[in-house]
Amino acid sequence: MNKLKKKITSAKKKWEGIENNKEPIVYIGAASCGRAAGALELISETEKFIKENNISARVIQVGCIGPCYLEPLVDIKMPGQPRVSYSNVNVRTLNNILKSQLLEGVPFTKAAIGNFGSSAFNGIPPFYELPMLKPQVRIVLRNCGLIDPEDIDQYLAMEGYQGLMNALEMSPEDVIGVVRQAGIRGRGGAGFPTFKKWTVCRNTPGEQKYLICNADEGDPGAFMNRSLIESDTHAVLEGMMIAGYAIGASKGIVYIRAEYPLAIERLKTAIKQMKEYGLLGKNILGSTFNFDITIKEGAGAFVCGEETALIASIEGKRGMPRSRPPFPAISGLFGCPTIINNVETLGTLPNILRNGAEWYNRFGKEGNRGTKTFSLVGKIRRTGLIEVQLGTTLREIIFDIGGGVQKPFKAIQTGGPSGGCLSEEFLDLAVDYESLASAGSIMGSGGLIIMDEDTCVVDVAKYFLDFTQKESCGKCIPCRVGTRHMVEILERITHGEGVPEDLLTLRTLGDTIKKGSLCGLGQTAPNPVLTTLRYFRNEYLEHIKDGLCRAVVCKDLIEYRVIKEKCTGCQSCVKACPTGAISGPRSEPHNLDKTKCIKCRSCYEICRFEAIAGDAIVIRTAEKRS
Amino acid sequence: MPEVIEVIFEKYQRKPDQLIPILQNVQREFGYITPESVKHISRYLRISENQIFGVSSFYAQFRFTAPGRHSVRVCLGTACHVRGGATLLEMLERELEIVCGETTPDRRFDLERVACLGCCALSPVVQIDADIYSRMTVNKLSELLKQYE
Ligand SMILES: Cc1cc2nc3c(=O)[nH]c(=O)nc-3n(C[C@H](O)[C@H](O)[C@H](O)COP(=O)(O)O)c2cc1C
Ligand code: FES
Repeated sequence: MNKLKKKITSAKKKWEGIENNKEPIVYIGAASCGRAAGALELISETEKFIKENNISARVIQVGCIGPCYLEPLVDIKMPGQPRVSYSNVNVRTLNNILKSQLLEGVPFTKAAIGNFGSSAFNGIPPFYELPMLKPQVRIVLRNCGLIDPEDIDQYLAMEGYQGLMNALEMSPEDVIGVVRQAGIRGRGGAGFPTFKKWTVCRNTPGEQKYLICNADEGDPGAFMNRSLIESDTHAVLEGMMIAGYAIGASKGIVYIRAEYPLAIERLKTAIKQMKEYGLLGKNILGSTFNFDITIKEGAGAFVCGEETALIASIEGKRGMPRSRPPFPAISGLFGCPTIINNVETLGTLPNILRNGAEWYNRFGKEGNRGTKTFSLVGKIRRTGLIEVQLGTTLREIIFDIGGGVQKPFKAIQTGGPSGGCLSEEFLDLAVDYESLASAGSIMGSGGLIIMDEDTCVVDVAKYFLDFTQKESCGKCIPCRVGTRHMVEILERITHGEGVPEDLLTLRTLGDTIKKGSLCGLGQTAPNPVLTTLRYFRNEYLEHIKDGLCRAVVCKDLIEYRVIKEKCTGCQSCVKACPTGAISGPRSEPHNLDKTKCIKCRSCYEICRFEAIAGDAIVIRTAEKRS
Repeated sequence: MPEVIEVIFEKYQRKPDQLIPILQNVQREFGYITPESVKHISRYLRISENQIFGVSSFYAQFRFTAPGRHSVRVCLGTACHVRGGATLLEMLERELEIVCGETTPDRRFDLERVACLGCCALSPVVQIDADIYSRMTVNKLSELLKQYE
């Protein structure tokens, strides 16, 4: 342990050097989302700029700080000044920023959004006072976007591995005790108390036990786990060690989806560093604890996020769930006691062991302690990754943090394909496990998808069911056949061929699938349909009775046209139209040839003149008929 | 046994749980799971070819035909769906004259769908080879394709 303490001292010195930098530092957010927005090009441009101007400055790659809608993000810290954050940077603005900051020493205020000091700087507000950040409580995400995840020293300087050191000074039972007092529940979806699962595993005799980190993150629309691994890799691995120590495991496995190559790369780097620092292997930090971590890449199957399917997959089989009991905590991987924890659960543990259970109890509410990360996406102004205390209301999340919706709000979908769609009347619902369940939805892993009046709820329900139907492993009949049947009915409704009885059939089928399915996939698959039936029944009826899709999504029920009075003749729709259905000379209202139109919506999406995009280039079939 | 396969096998123990990592490595090497490699894996791990096909066909990742020069993957995750991902896929199907899951006759592109690339905040998202492009529109995408030969 003393060796590590020495390393920490020097890591802290190194970090102080960064904090009190003598040369400028350019931080660039280069997690997958940053890269998709162009961060890598900015890095090479910055390096080029530094070389060409012959200045000494450092470029540090950091992870994702959360407000992904502002990406790519570039921060610059000049000696003696607070770090300034710039948003939506492209190559052109980058050059202006670099010139202004690195050469002239003044921030380029036009593109600056926040500074990391405690007060305004040159008119740039403190970053954490920004509306999106202010209501957040960052525990799991505390290092994200601030440190270089590929540099273990930076993690150590942030008190990294302190939680592990504290844990190793306690008995495993005491560690479980702390986790129990902290009251943390599994962040992978079901919210089962973490300490309970661990206790069962701890008390099960067995030579070999396993700790698996579930980084499958199969929920489409969710990226909290990816972001955390990419931005604070060591925190997750430290959490695995703490959990492994508590349950008596000597082997840890990260099961991660192959679609996350950067996260996999960073895990490999971090594991190598841990070995160099004596944090893996035998007698870790002079204790009796032995632990190793390996990585298993998933191969693309949503159901493999389910515990028993995940185990089958690691064993080299088809990822089919099996019925429980026996629970994996008693008989899991290769028949050995196994604990599977979610990335976020594990990422929270170092904080709890570093600061104590009492500290953690300050966050959240009775029965729902702590914070939860969410990915906030869809039709919302400020998309990204957020962390709030449990018990925060949907309204605070959507409007205060997310900045609201451009068009009128319609629904929020929580919990991914297993969750439900909640309507406006639930906006004041506190986000905790029980409240969401009582509204017919679930917490799930934390995907929040916001929908406005341009989203058709029937279409969304069909989308989710189609997803689960395709991802069903097919082992049990309610799930395999039932979901297919539901998709067929929904298809008919969106084609305008639904009949009123369909609604009852959907409900009965849904209830049966929930009751009769073997695993969580089937047991929750009907939720999106059941909740939309409950809260948006009218929209189903409109589709069925009037052949009307008010959101202008269901192709068979809509037709596009140009609103002559609003068209400026800018030609962008002419260019976007893949079939040449729109034509017209520049500066004159365009024509749309309905016989050529394939209703791809490209013109609708591309039209910049909100007036047009707003009330649509659409005649509803119902109108047309009359 | 071809040398490439031998080199792959050297990295993995002779245990059935190594099947998926081996298949992944084979696919990285050859671009797809070749019939010959299945034979060799079967012998190496002492499991039947049937079983290997049973496992590999279960997972979306594995393919059994030679890939094109570039892979185009359109995200149809929830965020991308809500923001028009399907339009992008339809446009690609039209422009490339293939349906999702196929390869263009000139072997230039593979077209696939993917459940979510984890960049939902910047949806809709398209991945071409290793690069992820965000905030895609039909026009941008059509331009982008021209960069790939
Ligand atoms: C179909 C299905 C998919 C799941 N996908 C995931 C996933 O991607 N990540 C995850 O952590 N848990 C997932 N779960 C939940 C896990 O089975 C398990 O409950 C969780 O990993 C336990 O971790 P926790 O106790 O830390 O929450 C899924 C469950 C089901 C039924
Ligand atoms: S839904 Fe497309 S990247 Fe997540």
